[in-house]
Amino acid sequence: MSRHIPRVAEILFLAGLSAGLGALLLPTGCGGGAGPEPATTSIQVKGSDTMVNVAQAWAEEYRKVEPTVAVEVSGGGSGVGIAALERGTIDIATASRNMKPDEIEQTRRNTGKEPMEFVVGFDALAVYVNKENPINEIALEQLAQIFAEGGTITKWSQLGVSIPGVSDDTIVQVSRQSSSGTYEFFREHVLNKKDFKLGSRDMNGSKEVVELVGTTKTAIGYSGMGYATLAVKMLKVARKAGEPAVAPTVENTLNKSYPLARSLQAYTLGEPQGAVKKYIDWMLSDAGQKILQESGYVPIPTGGKST
Amino acid sequence: MTDPALSNPRTVGPRPRRRAWAVIGERALETVIRASGVSAILFVLAIFFFVFREAAPVLFSDDFNFLEFLFSAQWYPTSDINVRYGTWALTVGSFSVTALAMVLAVPFGLGAAIYISEFSGPRQRETLKITIELLAAIPSVVWGFIGLTVMSRIIVALTGAPVGVNLLNGGLILALMSVPIIVSIGEDALKAVPDSYREAAQALGATRWQIVFRVLLPAARNGLLAAVLLGVGRAVGETMAVLMATGHAVHLPHSLVDSVRTLTANIAAELGEAPVGSSHYQVLFLTGVLLFCITFAVNLTADLVIRGVRRK
Repeated sequence: MSRHIPRVAEILFLAGLSAGLGALLLPTGCGGGAGPEPATTSIQVKGSDTMVNVAQAWAEEYRKVEPTVAVEVSGGGSGVGIAALERGTIDIATASRNMKPDEIEQTRRNTGKEPMEFVVGFDALAVYVNKENPINEIALEQLAQIFAEGGTITKWSQLGVSIPGVSDDTIVQVSRQSSSGTYEFFREHVLNKKDFKLGSRDMNGSKEVVELVGTTKTAIGYSGMGYATLAVKMLKVARKAGEPAVAPTVENTLNKSYPLARSLQAYTLGEPQGAVKKYIDWMLSDAGQKILQESGYVPIPTGGKST
Repeated sequence: MTDPALSNPRTVGPRPRRRAWAVIGERALETVIRASGVSAILFVLAIFFFVFREAAPVLFSDDFNFLEFLFSAQWYPTSDINVRYGTWALTVGSFSVTALAMVLAVPFGLGAAIYISEFSGPRQRETLKITIELLAAIPSVVWGFIGLTVMSRIIVALTGAPVGVNLLNGGLILALMSVPIIVSIGEDALKAVPDSYREAAQALGATRWQIVFRVLLPAARNGLLAAVLLGVGRAVGETMAVLMATGHAVHLPHSLVDSVRTLTANIAAELGEAPVGSSHYQVLFLTGVLLFCITFAVNLTADLVIRGVRRK
């Protein structure tokens, strides 16, 4: 019997082959590159998924300001951006968390340059529930009991909440992938560096978290405050049970009364020069900060200020 | 060979030259074809070597427990206090999603292949084939998107499950993705059965169903098994769609509506952020080796089954 190979199989084979070749070539290809020169008209921005909205808005607006400079933005998570900066393959890494000492060390070793940090804005990490959930506020300890390994809260009834129209009130935790800066921020500030309970739904974007919470009545999740939709509501958060709970608003983020306020960073390799420097200066200018605010984040109060 | 050329002595001169060219051309072509044949083996070995080389250091490090890697369900690659690499939940996730997809896709796929090959008219056959091939061309991220948005709502509405992205969702999406492959290859296998078999069966008074079940299926079983295997391969190896549709939760599933995470989705989600050369990076490559071994075992078993069937 002569087996003739149909077209589909052939295409699949070729696709598989090229994918295999790609996998072979990719890591070696990325490792050696020292990154594009800052003088070129293309700026590569990668990193935080929390910031991808504003990073894109910036890139689009900057086209009008400086038509010769193309800013290319991609997400993936703060960890992905920082890993790319370590390899020297991008110009700017955006991150919703600070770089860790070992990451700074790794960057220094790989590229011979010191990573520079710029605070480009602020954000409140909001705790989202479905809009049909009657709960309005929550304390940090309760969040830790819900999300952390060994935590004892697994049902809404344990919080004294009953959601209308739901028979099984097991809490569905919605979390982020470990590449996310939001994930690390939440682990550090809510779980006190403890691990997450296994079984949480780990979404690969800030938007997906809100989307899933919006379609799931028993869900609770965390994401940037800029991602709120009509199907969800943001909870007020109290530092301790009994203390007053604070809503994630612009004022509460700036005066630090909201417990989960955080700064948003941009990192460059060494002191930025040429087009990259101009771009970062523009981000910190009034025009840039206005775009940040329109995208749902909190601008820096006193104008351009870097740390 | 042309006869006038043979009989004419004046053409004796150029003829050997042409022959030499023909010989060289044939040799060259043979070498090229042989090289492409061998290259398949080389590519597989090279990929395996590369993946294994990246994974090897962690295997020989002291604080890595291989049994824990295989059989612990605790996957905490970036923990601050206690890093644990256990892939059991991911392996179970991969297996359960694939098994569910195959339970759904194999009857549908083979049924459609039989219908297209044996029962439909020529015009209907062409329409069906083109449509099914179109189905195979839908990119996996689009399938994932359908799973995340459309399918998850349907599942919540129908089953009352708390979350729509789960094992069932992933299984359905993967089944939809593997059906076109099973149909396409299965139909080719059935078409390859000589018409004399059908005619002989008909002459013996067999009904159409008897022809299909007693004559065609046994005659085409190798091709049909290959169709199913390629479907399994697609399902095991699929990344993007399952990443979006299964909920991506490290969790041993107890029911169809539990969220799971698969080996492939885990690699896709985490390799980008793992620092090159770190133990997390190496363990992810080791997960790749594990995946390699699983597909190898599946293919080998199928091969042995085919041989067993042949011997009988």
